Amino acid sequence: MADLQGKVALVTGAARGIGNAIAAKLAENGANVVLFDLCPEETGVAAAQQIASDYGVTASFQRCDVSDYEAVQAAVKDVIKTYGGVDILVNNAGITRDKVLLAMSEQDWDLVLDINLKSMFNTIKACYRNFMKKKAGKIINISSVSGLMGNAAQANYTAAKGGVIALTKTVARELASRGVNCNAVAPGAIETPMTASMDQDALKALLATVPMGRMGKPEDIAECVAFLASDKARYITGEVIRVDGGIAM
Amino acid sequence: MDIFAKLTEVLADHTGRDASEFTADTTFESLGIDSLETVEMVMELEEELDTELELDEKVSTVGELVAFIEKKIAE
Repeated sequence: MADLQGKVALVTGAARGIGNAIAAKLAENGANVVLFDLCPEETGVAAAQQIASDYGVTASFQRCDVSDYEAVQAAVKDVIKTYGGVDILVNNAGITRDKVLLAMSEQDWDLVLDINLKSMFNTIKACYRNFMKKKAGKIINISSVSGLMGNAAQANYTAAKGGVIALTKTVARELASRGVNCNAVAPGAIETPMTASMDQDALKALLATVPMGRMGKPEDIAECVAFLASDKARYITGEVIRVDGGIAM
Repeated sequence: MDIFAKLTEVLADHTGRDASEFTADTTFESLGIDSLETVEMVMELEEELDTELELDEKVSTVGELVAFIEKKIAE
């Protein structure tokens, strides 16, 4: 188990799915967690309470649209004020609006890019000075194997997730000398509410390409994130770790 | 408040040079100070001046940074 005792972790898209598993895993390892999500207040509060009672850490929920620059700056400022800083930032919030490019609207494109990629600019920028002052920190961005390989009917999603990888490497280079690690995790086909709502044909086709022959679980991603968030991963930065049952090898 | 004097103190600390060596025209590049280190110096000054100074402009000389800080304080 990774020792994250007393660390403060901010996880976006943390009310359900992979984000929730990540927040829970970081809490299991001793971190106090702040859950950002755009879900209804009661859902988010319940998710935070569940984590707090399961793992005996401080867990709180902040309803926040991570694609909204000003809202994120204000929300992160609050977190830093309340918790005295952020040690671990996990950018996980994401959505899909799958269509072949010809049928994809400008709105489908903008929304997915805003929530899956711009959101990471927003949160990283909001935490940047905090990390520089601490001269330490872990940033973990959730990409996707689709961002490495491309995937039909996901022009918006794959462009965003590919962008996440480039962003990760740039931030890693900018902050490496300041003791901050920035890495990406690229999940494959994972059992989540988001993949359940994916175009079933696209999902089936994706599953057929998994050498392990099954979908992964949110906990599989969470384990990798907990490792990257820990001191065990201190010499790893700018890396993309696939957790995909072998899809993209 | 003499921002120039405060900044040159911080610069002296960062570069190991004497504060008297710096002029308004001294470029950060000539001192081997990159943009991230400039941000760090501004953060140190924030604490001393007890104010928030988000460096949202590109500054390349000591004089430009002094002007930026003076402008922010005046706002």
